[in-house]
Amino acid sequence: MSARRTPSFPAMWHRLTHVISCKEASRLLSQSQDGPLGWLERARLRAHLALCQMCTRFAAQLRYMRTAMHRLRD
Amino acid sequence: MDAAAFVAELDAHRRYLLRVARLQLRDAELAEDVVQDTLLAALKARDGYTGASTVKTWLTGILKHKIVDAIRARQRAPVPMAQLDEETDLDDFDPLFKENGAWAARPGDWGDPEAALNRRQFFDVMELCLDQLPAKTARVFIMREVMDLDTAEICKELSITANNLWVILYRARMALRVCLEQKWFAGAAERSAAP
Repeated sequence: MSARRTPSFPAMWHRLTHVISCKEASRLLSQSQDGPLGWLERARLRAHLALCQMCTRFAAQLRYMRTAMHRLRD
Repeated sequence: MDAAAFVAELDAHRRYLLRVARLQLRDAELAEDVVQDTLLAALKARDGYTGASTVKTWLTGILKHKIVDAIRARQRAPVPMAQLDEETDLDDFDPLFKENGAWAARPGDWGDPEAALNRRQFFDVMELCLDQLPAKTARVFIMREVMDLDTAEICKELSITANNLWVILYRARMALRVCLEQKWFAGAAERSAAP
């Protein structure tokens, strides 16, 4: 039986600093409209958005569509 | 240097990189894409920066490779709407993204929602776009966005997993935004110029 062990430092470092692509970021952004993300996902998304103007625009588009859909209801 | 300081250091060179890329590519949008790729690649390859050269020189080296790639990939066809309709797995080929996961077509700047949301025509276009979604996708999306049900309620109602739901909602949002870009925002400039 393999016991659960703490991941090695390099493995943890890799997980923490893994840089996500726009495709992954777009999925997380969509998902964040439906519920809270985990802390690791939030950290990765924040790091990506800090450098990516396109995903920042996409995030604004998501908010735009949500506002529009709510307006459709009113 | 900690991660935040490194990101700030990279971002400080953005204008310089853009100038170089624009000069070489003569295409402002493509230049921005290439600089974006470069900065993300640099962030990813942070450990590869040894400090032997300045950050600027190192970034310029990465940029050159990205420019060469961009020139090679320049002849790329636009994304047809129909390809988005297929209810396939998300891991399949996704025409909205390049192979490396970067945007194939850059998302547009939609500006302030209030500008469009006061116009009746905007909602006509949005309803048209909603009609074009696959039936099941549209149903789930309306439950979430118009009826404002939370994810647990929708999953229970339709007997689907949370993961399933996220995929459907993601697909709905991606298809809707492409449709709105094509049918509304692409013509926004002409409309605002009209008397």
